[in-house]
This record gives sequence, structure tokens and C-alpha cells, in this order.
Amino acid sequence: MPVLARWIEAAGIPTVVVTMMPAVAEERRAPRIVGVEFPFGHPFGMPGDKAMQRRVLELALRVLAGAAKFGTRVDLDIEWPVSLRDAYKAWQPKEASPIVRRFLAALPARGECGA
Amino acid sequence: MIVDSYRFLPRSFRPLYEGKGPFPGEETPVWAPFEKRLQASRIALLTSAGLYLKASQPPFDVVREQDNPEWGDPSWRSIPAGAAASEIAVAHLHINDEDILSDPEIALPAHLLDQLAAEGVIGSATAEHLSVMGYQDRSLQAWREQTLPDLVAKLRDQQADGLILAPA
Repeated sequence: MPVLARWIEAAGIPTVVVTMMPAVAEERRAPRIVGVEFPFGHPFGMPGDKAMQRRVLELALRVLAGAAKFGTRVDLDIEWPVSLRDAYKAWQPKEASPIVRRFLAALPARGECGA
Repeated sequence: MIVDSYRFLPRSFRPLYEGKGPFPGEETPVWAPFEKRLQASRIALLTSAGLYLKASQPPFDVVREQDNPEWGDPSWRSIPAGAAASEIAVAHLHINDEDILSDPEIALPAHLLDQLAAEGVIGSATAEHLSVMGYQDRSLQAWREQTLPDLVAKLRDQQADGLILAPA
């Protein structure tokens, strides 16, 4: 996604990436970045929470229109209102994706926990 | 406050993302200045959550991905700004899609953007937004050669002054 943003920017259209992984977007050299500490699949926040979604979208617009230079990153200070344990489980697909199945099969057997 | 980019990622996946540096050939800065006032600008959205219109568009090809795990469907869909949640489906094997299906605005806030236009925060939103499926083969070759020209042409056709991209 940061690379796609770069290509579109290079075609003359200003871009901002709203991302759960702003450190990766920085490494990938996206022109403008808004970081959110939200679970994957939720870049604009909680379903039904219009106020939270608006805070993300307004920050994205501000960074899109107001960033003075390449690589500008602004992180949004909103804590995800669900426990890490629950949110960590909730964002993941019910069935592991094909590549993840392959990746996990190649790991030495041990408990998997990212929390 | 600095966001922890790996907070929700399984620990064993972190090395797949961290410390990779720029994409090959994408090391130098790119910059298109945003020259207008927001109030006079037209804004477009792009999601990589694999959204499509279930009545009129094919899903992203997740069947082929099952057979070939390193491949991801590089095609794209146009999502009308006024599409209702009930018209939108998701084809993406790497996330739980329940929250997006219940409220697609968390991935593609098209109605909220229209509301900001009505309030005068921005000039307008494009009539159509863009959807791709973010899991792609490592080279991104199909995205670059096939999808990118279409996306740029669509954005120009819609006279977008800026684009907000959100990965899933």
C-alpha cells in the first residue's frame, strides 16, 4: 500500500496512507502517513463509532493538505477500546490465510501468541 | 504518542514486516504538492480491504489464492460513494471481515467524506472510490503494470485533488 501510494503520488496526485503499521509505511517511504494503533481491518476505527471515524478522517485530510515535506508522519492518540487479548483474536480471519498456513507449518512446533 | 506498529501482529510475523527498508527501486522521495485549499478540493478514497459490490461485481479471486498462496488478485473495483453497507461484500483472506461488513466506513468512509463535503470541510468527494485487495505477490508487478494505470486514469477522470489510502 505505501508503494501504491508512491506510484500514485509520482503520477501527480497527492496521497496520504492511513495505516496500522506507520513504521512500515515509513520504511517503504510513503510520502504522507497517519498512524493508528488499531487492529488490522479497522483503519478508520470501531464499527458504528462515527466520532472516532471522524477523528481519523479529519487527521488524514489535515496531513494530506498540510504536510510540508516528504515523509511526514502523524500518529493519532486513540487507544483501542477493546482489550488487547480480545482485539488480537477478533481481527484475524477464522481460517488462517493460505500463506499463513504455509508459514505456520514451517515453524518449529510451539505455542503461537503475539499478545 | 507514537503508535506501536506491531501491537496487533502475531510475534512470529514481525520479522516479515520490520526492517525491510524501501521497496526495490523506490528509495527516493516522491512528492506532489497539495496546492489548493481543502475547502476547494475533491478527495478520493482507496481501500485495500477487498471490497466489491455483490450484485454487480465479481469478488476478488480468493479461490486462485487458495491454490497459489503467494499470488493475490491484482484487479480493482470502483465503489460508488453512495453505496449502502448492504450492497458491499468483502473478499480478503487475511482479515476477519465481520466488522467491515457491519460498517464498511471503517475501511472506506465514503458517507463520512460526503458529510464533510456537505459541511464545507472539503470541497467535494469523488463520485466513485477505489478498492483493491491488499495481499499481492511480492514483486507487485501486476499492480504496477495493470492496475496502477487504471487507478490513475480513474482518479484523473474524477478530478481528484488528493487520495486517502487505507490498507486493511
